[in-house]
Amino acid sequence: METIFYILPELFISGAIMFLLMLGVFIKKSFKLVNLLAILSLVFIFALVLNQDDGTVKIFNNGFIIDNFSIFMKATTLLFCFFVLISSNQYIKINNIDKIEYPIIILSSVLGMMLMISSYDLIIFYLGLELQSLSLYILASFKKNEEKSTEAGLKYFVLSALATGLLLYGCSLIYGFTGSTNFEVIRANLDTSNVGSIFGIVFIIVGLAFKISAVPFHMWTPDVYEGSPTSVTSFFAIVPKIAALSVFIRFMYDPFINAIYQWQSIVTFLAIASMLLGSIAAIGQNNIKRLMAYSTIGHMGFALAGLATGTNSGLQSTIVYLTIYLVMNLGAFCCIFMLRRENVYYEDINDLSGLSKNHPALSLAFIIILFSLAGIPPLAGFFAKFYIFMSVIESKMYLLAIIGLLTTVISAVYYLKVVKVIYFDKPKKPFETSDDWGLKISLIISTILILIYFMYPSLIFNIINSITVHQ
Amino acid sequence: MNFPILSTIIFIPLVGSLFILITKGSDKNVEKNSKYVAIFTSVTNFLLSLFLWYSFDRSTSNFQFVEEKVWMDGFINFKLGIDGISILFILLTTLITPLCIFSGINSLKFKIKEFLIAILVLETLMLGVFCSLDLVIFYLFFEGGLIPMFLIIGIWGGPKRVYSSFKFFLFTLLGSVLMLVAIISIYWITGTTDVVTLLDLRIGEKYQYLLWLAFFSSFAVKMPMWPVHTWLPDAHVEAPTAGSVVLAAILLKMAGYGFIRFSLGLFPLASYYFTPMVFTLSVIAIIYTSLVALMQDDMKKLIAYSSVAHMGFVTIGIFSITKQGLDGSIVQMISHGLISAGLFLSVGVIYDRYHSRMISSYSGLANIMPKYAFILMIFTLASLGLPGTSGFVGEFLILIGVFQTSVITAIMASLGIILAAAYMLWLYKRIIFGRLINEQMKVMKDINKAETYIFAPLIFLILYFGFYPDPFFSTIDISVNELIKNYQIDLNYHLGNQIK
Repeated sequence: METIFYILPELFISGAIMFLLMLGVFIKKSFKLVNLLAILSLVFIFALVLNQDDGTVKIFNNGFIIDNFSIFMKATTLLFCFFVLISSNQYIKINNIDKIEYPIIILSSVLGMMLMISSYDLIIFYLGLELQSLSLYILASFKKNEEKSTEAGLKYFVLSALATGLLLYGCSLIYGFTGSTNFEVIRANLDTSNVGSIFGIVFIIVGLAFKISAVPFHMWTPDVYEGSPTSVTSFFAIVPKIAALSVFIRFMYDPFINAIYQWQSIVTFLAIASMLLGSIAAIGQNNIKRLMAYSTIGHMGFALAGLATGTNSGLQSTIVYLTIYLVMNLGAFCCIFMLRRENVYYEDINDLSGLSKNHPALSLAFIIILFSLAGIPPLAGFFAKFYIFMSVIESKMYLLAIIGLLTTVISAVYYLKVVKVIYFDKPKKPFETSDDWGLKISLIISTILILIYFMYPSLIFNIINSITVHQ
Repeated sequence: MNFPILSTIIFIPLVGSLFILITKGSDKNVEKNSKYVAIFTSVTNFLLSLFLWYSFDRSTSNFQFVEEKVWMDGFINFKLGIDGISILFILLTTLITPLCIFSGINSLKFKIKEFLIAILVLETLMLGVFCSLDLVIFYLFFEGGLIPMFLIIGIWGGPKRVYSSFKFFLFTLLGSVLMLVAIISIYWITGTTDVVTLLDLRIGEKYQYLLWLAFFSSFAVKMPMWPVHTWLPDAHVEAPTAGSVVLAAILLKMAGYGFIRFSLGLFPLASYYFTPMVFTLSVIAIIYTSLVALMQDDMKKLIAYSSVAHMGFVTIGIFSITKQGLDGSIVQMISHGLISAGLFLSVGVIYDRYHSRMISSYSGLANIMPKYAFILMIFTLASLGLPGTSGFVGEFLILIGVFQTSVITAIMASLGIILAAAYMLWLYKRIIFGRLINEQMKVMKDINKAETYIFAPLIFLILYFGFYPDPFFSTIDISVNELIKNYQIDLNYHLGNQIK
């Protein structure tokens, strides 16, 4: 019975999904109620997750782990899911995608993510992954009358299925060569001189790299980001990244830690390729959602750079990076949600032209976020990169550090381009000012966090100080 | 614990900009109030820094008014402190900023509130650079300055402002990221980024060269040295007058300050090793950019190229590593801060009236603007280093200093003084003397009272330090002596090691 206590958050969220589904089916026009309950249940589960003990516990035949790392990651997932939902509320209503399925599918993908984060067994991991992926396919094509959205969903489904297939193949190889699906046993039995198990590792890395959209498995990202409704894009850019990256970390630092020399070069390559492509390819973009897609790719490259060190400080700086990235992206998407005129949302960068004239406050917030994304001190984005480079240079990976910093300069070009459009160009017709409190609060919180992070830059570090994966 | 006067000086402008940010009401009121707030904060800050100068102890080379707070738990402290070298730059910054604010209020037509915010934030960041005693804090302030300057050029600039602001931002950022790598490497090599501790430590020989180059890449772009100076003329030409003044008077000095404090202080061996390279680049900069300056049609561009040449003198003086050379460089930086501010403001005066920066548009201004002609003459003569102006003191000392180290460099650099006389006097001749060709110019008014007040302090200081530069030297004397002493000890130690 004690085990039930440890999976209480997961149980509760499953219950909430089923209850809300029933509620939505039996009460007509109940989107508002279902959405509100879904948001409230996220808050409640957040409290449940934080309530768990600090120690490491493994349950279900060591297949499910609750440790500081998983608690932090789950809490972050729930927190940002909450903010994404409240900030995209208005968008959902205006674009007529306020169906009851929307919050429910988001909840079920969150359930999948929580399973992934806590999984300590290939099978549980795979179940969680599939649950969240299937929910994400539906979300991508949620605007079912629109060609682009459907295309995005289909594209995402086909490519993701391929990646999942590779991942599954890798899992079976690992199982075949180590004789177990349990992470602990895999770690003990993994023979790094065996080509078969190295192939398994590579396949799993490929599958995971697809999920966090690292180059060269990033092709889906710009199209899906552009095609999906913006509320879904903001969800895609923020929430699934947490689970995918934490699973990536778990795999590298726990079952595969003995093969560090094998995966280190792969992850370094992924990091360098993502940083380069993310910064160079974004320069030519005109759609702000596509721009955010490439920006995400670049940022994931930086997160992987921290991971590539294979050290504990690298792990921690990756987590810090991820957290700051989430705050910045939340802010950026809040700004995008603000670009509304007569019930139409604008996505082209040129539509932002001269925003500073008509909306000084919004423009100020926007450029703070953009400069932070570019990593210019003294904003939060700089500290994220600073920590990454601290650990990269500690591990004497100078090439990675220098390439990373050069891509910072390249990526500054396209962030500056947006700043230029906002501040230097001629103003166009003003946008409607949004009166949605959820959107405003999310934007204000994220901007202020970015702005004042320099006052106490070890904030996140102190929270995650106790996190280590490899025991 | 004493009163944290440095933090106060650094953050007063930031607080002022916050006040401006929250001013509400009709456009006219907002504009008026934000002007008052900006003038009030910047002038208060100047008075505070005068008080700082007054209470500064000139008999010790230690860092004074040191403040230290835990910042990143366990590895970086927020540490501030000044010595004789930094205090002069603080005074320069707090003096120039109010002048820029006055000039901006006079000449800018739109978005004055935003301009004042940007310039006050910039003042905070520039002061932070000169006060910080930790490499990471230094980097933070050093890089942070890019954002407001980028916006100042881009929003209030001329027709090609987008190109210039991007060029400015990317050049400087590219130079600086390598410095960040170096700073982090220093942390992992020595375990600290505290400048005071690092000055006492000796960084190993094998690291020094690369680290020095990384710092050099950042400072060389910012200085700017040939061949990475190309962003400066563009930025100057497009920036509004106030932006050009800040850029020439203060932002460029951050690099010179960085050379003195970090390159010489932390990497004596590498500084010694790379001195010939610095000399070569500087001599090329002096002669080449002076020749380029001769051929300019645009007044601002001409002054921008002359800045590059003058900064060439500064780097030569710094790397001569003699007492005279270093003293001269510091004086030259301060005096160039005053002179270039004056020159850009003078160009601003006629630009506001006639909206052209082309030299060929003007001639015979002496007939209609006699006061202006007199003021411009003082700045022109100071810029070419006439004895009796602060420009002479700096260049003369630098040449004395470098003569002891490298005779050839001294001779080549002296050519620069002749060329400076050529392009400055020619510029003066073309726009001030001659006949008044253009009929439209007859309506141009001579400088008004507000402009006189902006120029008066600059002229006073240029002449005062030209005739009596002792207040400079008494302030920096002990710090420079200490710097050279430490440099010699460390260098001998390293050279001794190499022989073994």
